Amino acid sequence: MIVSAIITLKKDVLDPQGKVIHQTLEGMGFKDVNEVRQGKYFEIDVNENDPTKAKGIVEDMCKKLLANLVIENYKIIETQ
Amino acid sequence: MKSSVITFPGSNCDRDMDVALNKFGFKNKMVWHNDHELPKSDLVVLPGGFSYGDYLRCGSMASKSKIMHSVINFVKSGGLVMGICNGFQILVESGLLPGVLLRNRYLEFICKNVYVKIDNKQNPYFKNLDKEVFEFHIAHNEGNYFCTKDQLKEIEDNNQVAVYYCNDEGKTEDLFNPNGSIKNIAGIFNKEKNVLGMMPHPERMIDQSLSGEDGSLFFKNLINNLK
Repeated sequence: MIVSAIITLKKDVLDPQGKVIHQTLEGMGFKDVNEVRQGKYFEIDVNENDPTKAKGIVEDMCKKLLANLVIENYKIIETQ
Repeated sequence: MKSSVITFPGSNCDRDMDVALNKFGFKNKMVWHNDHELPKSDLVVLPGGFSYGDYLRCGSMASKSKIMHSVINFVKSGGLVMGICNGFQILVESGLLPGVLLRNRYLEFICKNVYVKIDNKQNPYFKNLDKEVFEFHIAHNEGNYFCTKDQLKEIEDNNQVAVYYCNDEGKTEDLFNPNGSIKNIAGIFNKEKNVLGMMPHPERMIDQSLSGEDGSLFFKNLINNLK
């Protein structure tokens, strides 16, 4: 099954790319933006049909490689 | 004295480091990242560059490569491991050093000479150096050192800051901080002081006619400390 993981920067971590995107959006006329934070999205096809187990495998990947827990949080979503 | 420089796919300062180490008396060997075992070494260097194209996060892929198991065991046994630039990024991603290196504050690749200040000489890398301020070269996009408040307290309590960005007089103000690093930190040690990671490149400062001699002072002193 396919499991997705979203990696986002923690609140205290500066996100200069997000800031620049925010400024650009404002420059384009999008005036209602409070903040933009950029993250990463992974779709991982795991050879496991049990959703709990599949999510567990991807969680392990997040902890060990996909996210750096000093600066990032991860969220796992079952997609298929 | 024997040294090893590890080449990862995308390393590009490995040969510069090889030249520097050999110039000051090390017998250096180049080691491929896919090897399992380090040759017998007194010093292991993770060089600068763009290992694995900086995919995912700088140094994250290289930190999981085969040779790193051997590097981690070498560190546990008290061996000296130095990471320069991308090597520093690999060391933080492997967990051998605390913290992480974020993108530079103003989102620009920085390539210039900077001054760094050495505060703590109670370690095999800087012991016996007879000055505090060195001119080294930096060339990086992700050199903005960051760590949690708890980590910073631990780093400072254990005197783990190796070098600070400063001016030619050794003043460590934000004005002389090229990339936004917390407290102007340019390099740190592990608790035991056998692992050193820093963004500046001493290996680019080993020839008076090309650059400068402050790297020469560092390497000459280092090999004498290890003898």
